Amino acid sequence: MLRIVVDLNRCESYAQCVFAAPTVFWMKDEESLEYDYAPDDSLRVQVERAAAACPVQAISICCLDEQLEQQGGNHSEQQ
Amino acid sequence: MSSNNAKKTASSVQKPVQRIVIVGASLAGLSAAESLRSEGFAGTITVIGDEPYAPYDRPPLSKTVLTGWLQAEHTTLPQSVDLQAEWLLGMPAIGLDLGNREVELADGRRVGFDRLLISTGTHARQWPDLAQAALDGVCLLHTRDDAVRLRARLAARPKRVLVIGGGFTGSEVASVCRELGLAVTVTERSATPLIGALGAAAGAFAGQLQRAHGVDLRCNVTVMSLEGDESGRLRCAYLSDGDILDIDVAVVALGAVRNVEWLRDSGLAFDSRGIACDAACRAFDINGMVTDDVFVAGDIVRWPHPLYEGELLAVEHWGNAVEQARTAAHNMVSVPADLQAYKSLPAFWSRQFGVNLKMIGLPSFADEVVLTQGSVSERRLVAAYGYKGRIVAALTVNMARWLPAYEAMIEARAPFPPVLHAPDSSAELRPVPAGFPPHGQITHSPNAIKTGPGPSIPSPEESPTSDKVKDPRVPPGFQPK
Ligand SMILES: Cc1cc2nc3c(=O)[nH]c(=O)nc-3n(C[C@H](O)[C@H](O)[C@H](O)COP(=O)(O)OP(=O)(O)OC[C@H]3O[C@@H](n4cnc5c(N)ncnc54)[C@H](O)[C@@H]3O)c2cc1C
Ligand code: SF4
Repeated sequence: MLRIVVDLNRCESYAQCVFAAPTVFWMKDEESLEYDYAPDDSLRVQVERAAAACPVQAISICCLDEQLEQQGGNHSEQQ
Repeated sequence: MSSNNAKKTASSVQKPVQRIVIVGASLAGLSAAESLRSEGFAGTITVIGDEPYAPYDRPPLSKTVLTGWLQAEHTTLPQSVDLQAEWLLGMPAIGLDLGNREVELADGRRVGFDRLLISTGTHARQWPDLAQAALDGVCLLHTRDDAVRLRARLAARPKRVLVIGGGFTGSEVASVCRELGLAVTVTERSATPLIGALGAAAGAFAGQLQRAHGVDLRCNVTVMSLEGDESGRLRCAYLSDGDILDIDVAVVALGAVRNVEWLRDSGLAFDSRGIACDAACRAFDINGMVTDDVFVAGDIVRWPHPLYEGELLAVEHWGNAVEQARTAAHNMVSVPADLQAYKSLPAFWSRQFGVNLKMIGLPSFADEVVLTQGSVSERRLVAAYGYKGRIVAALTVNMARWLPAYEAMIEARAPFPPVLHAPDSSAELRPVPAGFPPHGQITHSPNAIKTGPGPSIPSPEESPTSDKVKDPRVPPGFQPK
């Protein structure tokens, strides 16, 4: 599952990511970046391009372990 | 130190670290687990968290989740490396046995460790009258579940929302309400919103923004009580200015309380201000000795920052949780000669009322503030904070790109007011008092503060009179005897 997080302390609102993946990142008002943490897998290439385009490398991408994601509530253990 | 103790320490240094336990499965806990693996740690990592969810991000909860743009389930944080961790979620830790190096879980299990990281963060401060707090319509905002509940309330278009407390969370909630076209009243006990974080001068600007966006902002006002109808639904609020507000939703945004209760009797040095640690993130015990195997990171911590005269800082910021956890993780698996000191500058962002607010350094340390670039009327500006002639913090409003330049000045202890070569810098800099509330006067959400020298148990500030001042219902001007 595709997951991202942006370090908004580092982000300087250059909006390169918005051009690369406009349905994932958007500029709110003048310079507040907003984004979807869990974009659809079909957007992977766009999101990777966005991360590569960011001049301050504020975007981290990763896949999330499905098992952990679904773990919600059931106190499970994985060994 | 007894010879017994000395022996134990010597042998523990030689024994390789095999089992690491992290209590608190949120931003700091996750960041530490990632760093441990990046550092090459190959032993077991057990992450214990009382929330039922995989680590998720809180900042969007008061922003995009509340507006409805982002689903709460989408806030789960990515994991940059394959953690191979054991996750015990929905499972509170209820005790710490330092002698046997075990964490005690709510179901009675005990989990042994060679190194422990405590990252149990904070929870939202509850409304002090529990019967009123339980009224249908009284909300908190700290967890994913809180955000889902509050989002549902706002989507049902209440006639008026009351936000109790004008700190960052309260201000962001009010901003979202206005964005959704909802009537909103903010009560703030101090003279301006955000006063604890930014001081009165910048707080006055934040207040102007709120009013310009149609918020009914009441400063120097407290909520005395909340009242429900026969069926227990919130109906109205009694304010200290004599007004009675007809409301159906109240958001209690009175700041955060540190999750230290489970450490009672553990022998660690903690109080309501957090757990005291040294610059290497090692926790102190009640005798003021630093522990070798217990580390701390994130909102739960107070630690000595070299730039701020060794006073212990307590910082409730996203970046702090990430960075401090990285340092703690490195130190957990390092020999003494390789220990790193944690000395990142506090940094914060917020978005509210059409502006991107960003901060670097520790404004609350300052005595003066000066507008260095831009202007209040354009809502694009930089303000620098000074303490005894040196720059200690900076705030940008829609001018985030300037932040790194100010960060460098703060780290270099550059003079205040700063010397600038920016094209839009004010011709003549006129510092004014920063306007932080006097030490010991509690504001709703200071966010990043110095907490005095430490460790000392109990906190000198904890007394029945200070509790009275902390009660959010007590109007301003109350003088403790
Ligand atoms: C609504 C909101 C908006 C925010 N917006 C911003 C922002 O815009 N910018 C910014 O810089 N910062 C923001 N922050 C602050 C930021 O989210 C925090 O600094 C960060 O979450 C701290 O991470 P942490 O891991 O130290 O603690 P926390 O996130 O508080 O996590 C601690 C975890 O430990 C768990 N826990 C507690 N006790 C136990 C126990 N006994 N056993 C097991 N588990 C336990 C808790 O349930 C929790 O999951 C915001 C916070 C909130 C609540
Ligand atoms: S490209 Fe990077 S700096 Fe620019 S807006 Fe996106 S995240 Fe921020």
